[in-house]
Amino acid sequence: MGWRGGGGACGGGPAGGGMRLRRVGSRNKRVDQRNLEYFLQQLINGLTLGGIYGLIAIGYTMVYGIIGMINFAHGEIYMIGAFIALIAFLVLGLVGVTWVPLALLIVLVVAMVLTAFYGWVLERVAYRPLRGAPRLSALISAIGMSIFLQNYVQLAQGARVKPLAPVIPGGFSLLEVDGFIVQLSYLQVIIIVLTTALMAGFSLIINRTSLGRAQRACAQDMKMASLIGIDVDRTISTTFVIGAALAAVAGMMVTLYYGVIDFYIGFLAGIKAFTAAVLGGIGSLPGAMLGGVLIGLIEVFWSAYFTIEYKDVAAFSILVLVLIFRPTGLLGRPEVEKV
Amino acid sequence: MPGSAATGSASPIVATLKESAVAALVAAVLAVPLLGLQTVQEPGGLTLHTRWTWVGIAVGAVFLGRLLLNVAIAAISQRRAARQQRSATSLGQAVNRYAVSLTAAALLFAVALPFLPFTDRYVLDVSILVLTYIMLGWGLNIVVGLAGLLDLGYVAFYAVGAYSYALFAQNFDLGFWACLPLAGMLAAMFGLLLGFPVLRLRGDYLAIVTLGFGEMIRIILINWQSLTNGSNGITGIPRPTFFGLPFAASAPADTTTFHQFFDISFSPLQRIIFLYYVILVLALITNAFTLRIRRLPVGRAWEALREDETACRSLGINPTNTKLTAFSIGAMFAGFAGSFFATRQGFISPESFVFLESAIILAIVVLGGLGSQIGVVIAAIVLIGGPEIVRQLEEFRMLAFGGLMVLIMIWRPRGLLSYREPTIRLRPRDRRAAVASDAATKALP
Repeated sequence: MGWRGGGGACGGGPAGGGMRLRRVGSRNKRVDQRNLEYFLQQLINGLTLGGIYGLIAIGYTMVYGIIGMINFAHGEIYMIGAFIALIAFLVLGLVGVTWVPLALLIVLVVAMVLTAFYGWVLERVAYRPLRGAPRLSALISAIGMSIFLQNYVQLAQGARVKPLAPVIPGGFSLLEVDGFIVQLSYLQVIIIVLTTALMAGFSLIINRTSLGRAQRACAQDMKMASLIGIDVDRTISTTFVIGAALAAVAGMMVTLYYGVIDFYIGFLAGIKAFTAAVLGGIGSLPGAMLGGVLIGLIEVFWSAYFTIEYKDVAAFSILVLVLIFRPTGLLGRPEVEKV
Repeated sequence: MPGSAATGSASPIVATLKESAVAALVAAVLAVPLLGLQTVQEPGGLTLHTRWTWVGIAVGAVFLGRLLLNVAIAAISQRRAARQQRSATSLGQAVNRYAVSLTAAALLFAVALPFLPFTDRYVLDVSILVLTYIMLGWGLNIVVGLAGLLDLGYVAFYAVGAYSYALFAQNFDLGFWACLPLAGMLAAMFGLLLGFPVLRLRGDYLAIVTLGFGEMIRIILINWQSLTNGSNGITGIPRPTFFGLPFAASAPADTTTFHQFFDISFSPLQRIIFLYYVILVLALITNAFTLRIRRLPVGRAWEALREDETACRSLGINPTNTKLTAFSIGAMFAGFAGSFFATRQGFISPESFVFLESAIILAIVVLGGLGSQIGVVIAAIVLIGGPEIVRQLEEFRMLAFGGLMVLIMIWRPRGLLSYREPTIRLRPRDRRAAVASDAATKALP
């Protein structure tokens, strides 16, 4: 059945994960793959991709931590964030805002606000009525919402791949050996810095503010939290809003980084980010970040040194191995079995 | 939706209108950037086209929908505020009470369908499709409904069944009936193989790992060019024969075709009708198997495990082995269905085994009401047959499909038929009722 609509090509999926990873330094792919420079370049690329996965993974892990549900539509929220960012760029181009830092800032804010609004409505419409229902029902509702949003964007924006000309070209050349240049593009710097800043700020919110306390309380025991006067519904809404805003940042950076998006990118990025959340230990925020970076690194290094076709298999295999030997993920706390 | 409770005493009409207006406003804010501004690729690069009429339609639809919903909720809550809570259960109970006659009627209808006056090729094709999903739903029901294992990669076993039939038939020249058990066995072995490492995990971890396996199998099918012909798929998969009699207009030398043997005129519909009965029988076998195995110790262990794993462990049930049997038996039925799919289509490619298929099958099981066999039938008819009716609206079909999933879940969070007869009673309170329910369960196809 045509979930992919007419647009999706077969094969590894259009522009899903790191298809275009090696835009930077790709001309030198033929160079001996075992040298240090190549490794360094892949490390930079992997960290960039990992940061993006980490941002999406936070949304999964937060929602799971509080209401114990896989928010399957989160990948689509990220995709919507990417589209809103793209549209915002185009609108700014039409209006005539050409100073790049200002444009970036406006796009960032617009994408975050509008996507957060989508996240809020998503929770309101599809999940809140199912509070207290069996967990599987919420999962099916989430899958339904994911199908709905994907087809909504496909209908609204068309099934074809949307290319965007590079907004921030150029970069630093870190070192050059035998014609192989290790490059750190400005965009990668922005992505890594922004991701780190957001994650740090986010950790602060969770650990220091009353909102964070409310969230942690809800995660531990929702009923008890409501007994001591925490507005559980509002806390959950806020969680969705924050998760969606972070996903929007990830979407915007993907738009800039790969330069192409389509309505199908949410699925693969979504399951990979969820894999990252599980890998790091679901419910744990540092775990989501760590898992995201690990998945990004695994994917990039696997594509660089082995075969690009099986990079998704690699990510999942690592996940299975981790779950077999450490079922709670890397940083997760063991679940206490209650009789 | 719960928000409508605010529709207070003062002036419900104004409040309702206000609420609908708010909903419409929200829709407008959401729709303006994504629906109103369309990115279009033109020679000079991406440009924006505006489509305000679409936004207007969407906002209007949300406003009206919200208004109607509020009116409907108000009307319902006035009439049966008390009964509403139990409605899902009572429907299930009602269906359960008339289970014998309902099942008999449904069975009779299913058997007679190919010869009913309104039945044409299209109806048969859709029925075969629905029956395939019913069979898959029943198969997954063993895993999810009985054993309580959340499997998001069920389509992987469907793919294994389809590919093993296609490859056996092409490489070893085996017929459909020889391959069917082989395909089922292979799928079951895959179930064992995949299940063994991961079944120690609980709930959602299992879900994500099975999802991962589903994707892995698809990626391997795409990339293992030499065996599976990659994303081009396998063509020319042999059609099934009627005990060795092929369905064809003219037979190759030394063989009689079906219509020659029975001395009737040839019609391409004969093969379709035959396929219809094959999948009907396969589905009924799945159901009969499930109903019988529920009464065996292993079936009881599955259900006990679903309810409380820790208690099971303390009673000496080995959870891993028990789960493994459920997992691989479920996989086996997916394998059967897969090889039927391959022979019906004559062509398979990895594109048929995407995650969406797993999601649809799981949705059928959950929407039907976990563990309910009749529920699976109803959900499959609604989810698979429903969108077929609005086939003309091709591009809106999947949109409606996703929306339907959400709406049904909100309407009946426990599934369409949520009532579940206890599998076993220690001391039947009412002997007659016990006999009736026993007969009902037995009489299910």
